[in-house]
Amino acid sequence: MRLQEAFSAAVLDSQQPCPRGLVSRNGHVESRFAVYRNNVQKGLINALAFSYPVVARLVGEYFFQEMARLFIKKSPPDSPIMSTYGVRFADFIGDFEPARSLPYLADTARLERLCVAAYHAADACAVDPQVLARMLKVPESLGQLHLQLHPGVATLDSPYAVADLWAAHQNEELSQGLDLSLPQSTVVLRYGLSVEVFAVRPGYTAFIRHLQSGHALGPAAEHALQVDPYFDLSQALALLITHDAITDLSPAPEISP
Amino acid sequence: MHSSTASLIAPRISQLPPRAGLGLKAEHFKDVLESLPDVGFFEVHAENYMVAGGPFHHYLGLIRERYPLSIHGVGLSIGSDTPLNIEHLQRLQTLLARYRPRVFSEHLAWSSHGPHFLNDLLPLRYDLSTLQRVCAHIDQVQNTLQRQILLENPATYVEFDQTHFDEASFIHEVISRSGCGLLLDVNNVYVSCVNHDRDPLAYINALPLHAVGELHLAGFAEDIDQSGQRLLIDSHGAPVDQAVWALYQQVLECVGPVATLIERDNQLPVFSELLAQAELADCYLLTTRERT
Repeated sequence: MRLQEAFSAAVLDSQQPCPRGLVSRNGHVESRFAVYRNNVQKGLINALAFSYPVVARLVGEYFFQEMARLFIKKSPPDSPIMSTYGVRFADFIGDFEPARSLPYLADTARLERLCVAAYHAADACAVDPQVLARMLKVPESLGQLHLQLHPGVATLDSPYAVADLWAAHQNEELSQGLDLSLPQSTVVLRYGLSVEVFAVRPGYTAFIRHLQSGHALGPAAEHALQVDPYFDLSQALALLITHDAITDLSPAPEISP
Repeated sequence: MHSSTASLIAPRISQLPPRAGLGLKAEHFKDVLESLPDVGFFEVHAENYMVAGGPFHHYLGLIRERYPLSIHGVGLSIGSDTPLNIEHLQRLQTLLARYRPRVFSEHLAWSSHGPHFLNDLLPLRYDLSTLQRVCAHIDQVQNTLQRQILLENPATYVEFDQTHFDEASFIHEVISRSGCGLLLDVNNVYVSCVNHDRDPLAYINALPLHAVGELHLAGFAEDIDQSGQRLLIDSHGAPVDQAVWALYQQVLECVGPVATLIERDNQLPVFSELLAQAELADCYLLTTRERT
């Protein structure tokens, strides 16, 4: 095994032996090598804790460290861009036996990943409100409108009330007293420089996902109504418009290549 | 013949003012813009800004309009025994084109192996094949970026058997062959010299000091190894140690006033505390300027 290959395996996995070929002035290479192992593991644990603060708080520092350590061994970063590290963390948590008593933990991680992605998403200006108002006032062509949403807009449907859980942790409140067993749909977006999280009716997320996959307003609203008979199109649009989340609209259907 | 980019790039003259600068942290974006402190420059980690948009670019754009900027990479893995990540190098090229920093620096270390990024600066065996590989990688980076880079000396905790060079001679060779400049991290010198029982001044004097384009100062953590000897760790989580300030003074006497960064990445204090460290470094620089 080449030196860097052995070194790399041994820093990621504490059970691997210290690589051969190391020396130190006093012969005690084990404790010297442990500095690298500790730096690598701690650095990656901290990167995960930074992206998943609510998950870290829910399980406590020790549990989070051990869970993260196992994740790191299984899925080391494949990019030097640390803000993208942990895309597979939520799936890992979902399969992580010791976390089974917190069934909402994986979706909490999914929500936190969407928040990080929204924070760093590409910039895009909201469509001119006057143009928007004019287009929305023509009922006969309304259904044909194609809306382009801000790149930070994302949705999550969970069998647990993870948006409420997330919100409680933003205000340093404890999540005791929350009924997490209720299903909840969530919209994440970046408004100005801040990421905002909204607990919404399931029709909203269905509507947004349909718009994002290229459907016009009419079919997207119909789909949302099938998912949720109480879906209110004007309220859903109001949420998007008041948070600068509609960045373009075109009357003609987009022709995909 | 060695394909060096040395001839392609203008001789080293630091593009940063000979002042103290600060590492820019997201926690301090607003402090900086609201108080516009008298700081010589700001430095950012390249990889933190390899994101599409959002607050990081918003604030860096505003700060870049007001201060000289240095970009410091931690992810190129110049010492890797595998090829450089081309995609990463291209992202870097895009970032530098956008912000046009005065200086771009990287490390004499490796941090990736194959597809995996380890997020730490790992040590190299100083032998001939490493020298050739490091120089080839620096050539590739300098050719792609069309600029001279500065290379930072590492903080190390172990050494390797079968080395052909001591670290200072290795750096000397890298710099003369590749034409890159030197980012002299004074804290790293101190940390490594304590860990390997070397004389810091002898080490510094063996470096190609004519190529120094920037200095780094940071704090270390202290541990003891199995034999009970001091083991210093480059933590960037504490104020600059008195011993490092003393060594900095000696470095300035050798190289004259050179742009000096106060690095702090962990246990981040309030902004005013970092500013006080930068002011102290500015005092050292001013004294040096008056003497020379």
